[in-house]
Amino acid sequence: MEQQNKEAVKFESSPPTGIQVVLREFKKDKLAMFSFIGITLLIIALLIAAMILNQEEVLKIKLLERYTEPGVNGYILGADEAGRDMFGQLIIGAKNSILIAISITVIAGIAGIALGIIMGYYGGFIDNLFMRIIDFFMTLPTLMIIIVVVTIIPKYGVIELILIITIFQWMGTARLVRSKALSEGRRDYVSASKTMGTSDFSIMFKGILPNLSSILIVDLTLSFAGNVGIETGLSFLGFGLPPSTPSLGTLVNYARNPLVLSEKWWVWLPASLLILILMLGINYVGQALRRAADAKQRLG
Amino acid sequence: MWKTILRRVLMMIPQMFVLSLFIFILAKQMPGDPFTGLITPETDPSRIEELRIQAGFYDPWYVQYYHWITNALQGDFGQSYTYKIAVSTLIGERGLNTFWLSLLSAILVYLIAIPLGMLAGRYQESFLDKSIILYSFISYAIPTFVLSLIFLFIFGYRLMWFPTSGTVDVGLEPGTTAYYWNKIYHLLLPAITYAILGTTSIIQYLRSEIIDSKTQDYVKTARSKGIPMRKVYTRHIFRNSLLPIAAFLGFTITGLLGGAIFIETIFGFPGMGNLFVSSVMSRDYSVITALVMLFGFLTLLGSLLSDIIMSIVDPRIRID
Repeated sequence: MEQQNKEAVKFESSPPTGIQVVLREFKKDKLAMFSFIGITLLIIALLIAAMILNQEEVLKIKLLERYTEPGVNGYILGADEAGRDMFGQLIIGAKNSILIAISITVIAGIAGIALGIIMGYYGGFIDNLFMRIIDFFMTLPTLMIIIVVVTIIPKYGVIELILIITIFQWMGTARLVRSKALSEGRRDYVSASKTMGTSDFSIMFKGILPNLSSILIVDLTLSFAGNVGIETGLSFLGFGLPPSTPSLGTLVNYARNPLVLSEKWWVWLPASLLILILMLGINYVGQALRRAADAKQRLG
Repeated sequence: MWKTILRRVLMMIPQMFVLSLFIFILAKQMPGDPFTGLITPETDPSRIEELRIQAGFYDPWYVQYYHWITNALQGDFGQSYTYKIAVSTLIGERGLNTFWLSLLSAILVYLIAIPLGMLAGRYQESFLDKSIILYSFISYAIPTFVLSLIFLFIFGYRLMWFPTSGTVDVGLEPGTTAYYWNKIYHLLLPAITYAILGTTSIIQYLRSEIIDSKTQDYVKTARSKGIPMRKVYTRHIFRNSLLPIAAFLGFTITGLLGGAIFIETIFGFPGMGNLFVSSVMSRDYSVITALVMLFGFLTLLGSLLSDIIMSIVDPRIRID
């Protein structure tokens, strides 16, 4: 009895925060839960497989095995024009693509969140200045400019690619966080904290930020999917990762040769389908999270 | 109304100015210069130097920028180094191809999206609705280049229903009906791919608009007058929900431009996106800068167009 009372009191004193509500809702959506578990297991399996795999062995050129068909000579998914095992390349490529997308999401996320909260909390000149900058970035033909920048950088590698894409990807998060922080900053608890003399930093990152957690998890999931798309797209066009570092995009890039596209489907199709599965899975989870975070669409 | 439009147009000027400065400085940083491509064992190095001086290669960047921007404002973007013709002529030629492709795609987008959105909203929560939602989710999530490649592989190479590249078959007399049909035939597969990718937002918007309309008073009035539900849908609700869809035209244009780089490269379609990729490869920076400026301008124009249509259709929304 006492135990129950205690629990009731505890429940009343701390209502479930944003992220708990989202998770509770999310658990009710069977298909979303299924795709979440599926996509997480897939990503973990790919990362572990890439660790075990002998990269040098996979990327060794064996001209005799040129365009080996799938299933022949122990090549599960065949070989490319240089006789490299496609299955191994697929795993390494997927690992690279996923890690790059995660890095971009994390860096752009942190930058966007920090900037957005500062803009929304302080308002005034800082807010105006950065809103102008964001508006400018939003109207840029981003893809073209990334391509131009990529060709300029002299020493070009994975880290440079991550940074270049990040420069053009923080605006969405910043804008979203800013608008939420703006309305959150007018709430009573913020005024109360101010009167008690809490520092601005604490109010922003310990007071306001946790209340934005539910929309942030949605935003970051969807931008993760978007970043997989951007990296693979750039690599596909030949402006992403260098060919020596396989990514899902560079594997699909082989399809730009009409002969490979029409006859050697095993070189490009598995990577395309893997991109497709990743995009569908991550986006589905993101949309389900969005439904869960939106009070109007709750399942109950 | 006109005042706000004018203000928006005027606001585009500083934006375009910053973009032009930005892209000009970027283009100048590109490794090599257009003349490195001309060097052969027989070229005299002093001849290359002469060309460089003639093109203003050693002037300070702001002088070069001034020359470039004043010429650009008069429609002269210089000479393409790879194609040896004026950039404006080249882009005009390629732009026309992209224009026809975009036009056909935009028509297809609306042809696909409007019936699907209407049906989904009308038979809400039915199996049909769920399939349409699934379709719009997939078309939202799938990357442009993956869908294009799969379509090109299936319909172009395997089933051979469509040509796999180019704009028209060789050997056809320009101006004849067969020639124009052949052109449309070449446009069809890329346009369908484009259209499938572009339908998501319109379907979702139309669906929720129709679901909202169902409970409106005017629907009840129409029903109580004895108009059959079928007619209420096709006349009353349809007309009311259709207008806001017009505002998506601007976004559709912007979306088409973004996809042009992928679709045109994959389908071997000689439009502006394809031109951009090949110009970057060959460091043809007068073409690159012109294309980025043009795409930046069209993107701005697209969002302006959407805002204007939106404020005409729905006077409650005022642009500022």
